[in-house]
Amino acid sequence: MDFLQPRSWAEALEAKAAHPDAVPIAGGTDVMVELNFDVRRPPALLDLTRVEELTEWSMDEGQVRLGAGVTYARVITELGRELPGLAMASRTVGSPQIRNRGTVGGNLGAASPAGDSHPALLAAEAQVELASLSGTRTMPVSDFYTGVKRNALEPDELIAAILITPPSGPQQFCKIGTRNAMVIAVSAFGLALHPDRRAVGTGIGSAAPTPRRAREAEQFLAQALDEDGLWDSRRDLPAGLAHDFGARVRAAAAPIDDVRGTAAYRLHSLAVMARRALTWAWDDYQKAA
Amino acid sequence: MTTPTKVPTGAPTETASTAEGRIGDSPLRPDGVLKVTGEFAYSSDLWMDDMIWGATLRSPHPHARIVSVDIGAALATPGVCAVLTADDIPGRNAVGLEHDDQPVLAERVVRYQGEPVALVAADHPEIARQAVKKIVVDYQVLPAVTDGRQALDPSAPKVHEHGNLVRHFKIRKGDPAPSAPVVVSLDFEVGMQDQAFLGPESGLAVPAEDGGVDLYVATQWLHVDQRQVCQALGLPPERVRLSLAGVGGAFGGREDLSMHVHACLLALHTGKPVKMVYNREESFFGHVHRHPADLRYEFGAEADGTLVYGKVEIIFDGGAYASSTGAVVANGATMGLGPYRIPHVRVDCYGVYTNNPPCGAMRGFGCVQAAFAHEALMDELADRLGLDRVTIRQRNGMREGDENITGQRIDSAAPVAELLQIVRDMELPPSASEQRDLRDLPGGVANSTHGEGVVRGVGYAVTYKNVGFSEGFDDFSTARVRLEITGGEPVATVHTAAAEVGQGLITVEQQICRTELGVERVVVHPKDTQVGSGGSTSASRQTYVTGGAVKAACEAVRQRVLDRAAATIGVAANTLRLDGAKIVAESGDVVAALADVLGGDAVEETVEWRHRPTQRVDPETGQGDAHVQYAFSAHRAVVDVDVELGLVKVVALDTAQDVGKAINPDAVMGQIQGGSAQGMGLALMEEILVRDGKILNPSFTDYLIPTILDMPPMKIEILEYADPHAPYGLRGVGEPPTISSGPAVAAAIRQASGKALRRVPIRPEHITAS
Repeated sequence: MDFLQPRSWAEALEAKAAHPDAVPIAGGTDVMVELNFDVRRPPALLDLTRVEELTEWSMDEGQVRLGAGVTYARVITELGRELPGLAMASRTVGSPQIRNRGTVGGNLGAASPAGDSHPALLAAEAQVELASLSGTRTMPVSDFYTGVKRNALEPDELIAAILITPPSGPQQFCKIGTRNAMVIAVSAFGLALHPDRRAVGTGIGSAAPTPRRAREAEQFLAQALDEDGLWDSRRDLPAGLAHDFGARVRAAAAPIDDVRGTAAYRLHSLAVMARRALTWAWDDYQKAA
Repeated sequence: MTTPTKVPTGAPTETASTAEGRIGDSPLRPDGVLKVTGEFAYSSDLWMDDMIWGATLRSPHPHARIVSVDIGAALATPGVCAVLTADDIPGRNAVGLEHDDQPVLAERVVRYQGEPVALVAADHPEIARQAVKKIVVDYQVLPAVTDGRQALDPSAPKVHEHGNLVRHFKIRKGDPAPSAPVVVSLDFEVGMQDQAFLGPESGLAVPAEDGGVDLYVATQWLHVDQRQVCQALGLPPERVRLSLAGVGGAFGGREDLSMHVHACLLALHTGKPVKMVYNREESFFGHVHRHPADLRYEFGAEADGTLVYGKVEIIFDGGAYASSTGAVVANGATMGLGPYRIPHVRVDCYGVYTNNPPCGAMRGFGCVQAAFAHEALMDELADRLGLDRVTIRQRNGMREGDENITGQRIDSAAPVAELLQIVRDMELPPSASEQRDLRDLPGGVANSTHGEGVVRGVGYAVTYKNVGFSEGFDDFSTARVRLEITGGEPVATVHTAAAEVGQGLITVEQQICRTELGVERVVVHPKDTQVGSGGSTSASRQTYVTGGAVKAACEAVRQRVLDRAAATIGVAANTLRLDGAKIVAESGDVVAALADVLGGDAVEETVEWRHRPTQRVDPETGQGDAHVQYAFSAHRAVVDVDVELGLVKVVALDTAQDVGKAINPDAVMGQIQGGSAQGMGLALMEEILVRDGKILNPSFTDYLIPTILDMPPMKIEILEYADPHAPYGLRGVGEPPTISSGPAVAAAIRQASGKALRRVPIRPEHITAS
């Protein structure tokens, strides 16, 4: 197995172009597990940990530009205000050691339906910046996931950054695990209220072949808030609205039975999480007035 | 005796200590700092420069005929030194703890997924693993029996020619057809728990010049391993020498052989030291698990809750080979109704063969499964009668002098009522509404509730566990103790083969030597087969039995020293005592220095020590004094359950336990904390999921064990009611906490959720199911 260790972003892109079958590795919290279990034997590893450009975040034209190599630990300590949903999700990742190594870009690269950052990124309507020697392109994160552990990267491309607009309203993230820490999600839900756009963002994790938005639920909720003038009045949510929202989130999922949980439980838990998340988010929104 | 020409690095060396610490103290453990700093040498760290690496080919099928094995391509791989199959076993291809029913390498048939079929040795572990994949085995898949109850059906596929029954243990006591005014019953199911020790199976076999082999291995009983290795290799014990390597946890999972014979076969075949280390996935296939159990219970009682009768049927799924299933069945039967007085009893406890993964010893050994059922049924009975759940247990709880269900008189303390009272009276944790930190709520920082749906529940459970080996087994331990003057100071050296698996036995051996001989410096010789058997590090027995042997050996040494002093001085030996470096007379005067009495001599004694004999029980009635000692514990669990999501936070898991005498109080607390966590793990999350004979979750990603955010801080109260028959009055400590903690947690979840929950582990979907 070849081990490629570029020292700069330009070198990294050159290496990926020259070795399109090389597997990029950042924190290694997914890749190394697969290597240890002999699940995959890539011809080459492309180590991105020496590429400084990837490990920085910045504010860029009103957006957070989060380098693909920024760790969960740094998201938690440095970006709690700018990316609250992602910070909440990051807190649920593995152990302190894993959070010190694992990166949001790595989570996208692995594209596991159970990846913790995805529901938060979906809800925040993040964009993913992909790069190769032939240029850079940006796509909504919801288009990035293409199948179970598959994504939209071309063989010569690398994930450069994630672009996220700081919140205009509250965000929430909830996850179900069968123990109280260090657990892969049985199901997960991300919610973002965007009062500036009178829109709602959602993200569902571990309950479909890919992470996905519950678009019908988003539209339902945004419309309900609009019709009642609640975005402006910030009055209490009408009875049953959170429940109905939960039911619509549940309807957007397509889970399976596996060792971590049943499809029925995943559906049930999504409805509960969505209801609770909306209640908490609205409570935050009311308090922020 | 032959000693190996070379010793690998990472093999344990003498443990010397001049720490203070007699019995009742808690001296610092010699392995503690090393383990915390990552410097402790585990068996996976063993190393010799010229060693090669072994790897194992395992069956992908739960049941199949082996039509052919082609090793050609594997053998032709550059770097491969040997490829071995069942044909290459020089001795008997049959090993086992109770029955020699398990092949070292499968021959003609495989009976479980993961059964070893062939071995490879190569000069690099990766080459060995790749070569394993080149072995071509033609399997003819056979129908498999993968359900314990189904295995007893005469029409079920036979796992072994002699049928699927390992053991049927019957208890018949009192009225064969009892009746009672109140009858409660339930069915319960316990999933397959794993020991989940952190140090995977590993060891190093070194071929010796005498044609024998030196095996360094992490195990629980060197001599029972030695017997089986000798049998498979066709070598006498003097040419198969075992040394204990650093053990990374055991919990019963190292009682059976794993890579022991395999590494020796490869070493003898190649003439080179062979190291084998399982990875985590292979480890799940490389050791036995706790028996899944199917339990049917019925209690009859008077209107005041006094138990009249118990009727029990238990089926333990033993998997493909017997391992210790027979003894687990005996425990499940004899201990299976809990620490209660019950006059009329009918128990049918079965251990069966299936094509599931083999099951055997795990901490709590048959009592764990039964306790979930009898404690759930006691709650059911209390609720039916409108009685308090603690009171009903206290009313029926055993007392000293009572007879248990095999007719054995409990002849030392049996403080069931007191233990329950202690845990009931302990302060309760603050209520859920006072908790603000997410980490204190079900789900933790996963942020699934801010208090919504959270209901508190409290549950109680009590148990008693037999200590030591039972049913007439000749359960002994050997200790060799030497006293000499080194550098002007008295030094004791203690040599036993009793395995230190992390529980702190080395420290206990030192404490006993200091207590009995008055010395400070005690050297613990590495554990090996150059001394007689220390028996198994299991059944909560080592402090009792090996501790007893060390005490007896010290007494023998002391007697010889005093005899020698008495002869010199011209007084009776029984007027003298040994106090460190001095011989002291009845008057308190120092009459001789130990250095003068010993001179350059060493006084050494080797003692084989036995606890009181136990009896085989009557095969038809199960009556007899099957066990030597009982240890009692009670737990109170307080849980917060998010009843809408089915998530659980155990907020308190408090316990009281009678340990007879705390030889090392810190170690006792450690055993109780760890054992409680392991029992809680079975209640909440720990399960090897097996479908159609195949393991679905052989990793720590999906086999979950509790983390620090799952395990609450514990209140622990220790009682010390001496057992007059045991050394220092001590009782075994390690297992009771694993038995009573889980049922207390399950009871608390039942109370909070209002659900019956007749299966563990309790999964979220069980709590939320309508």
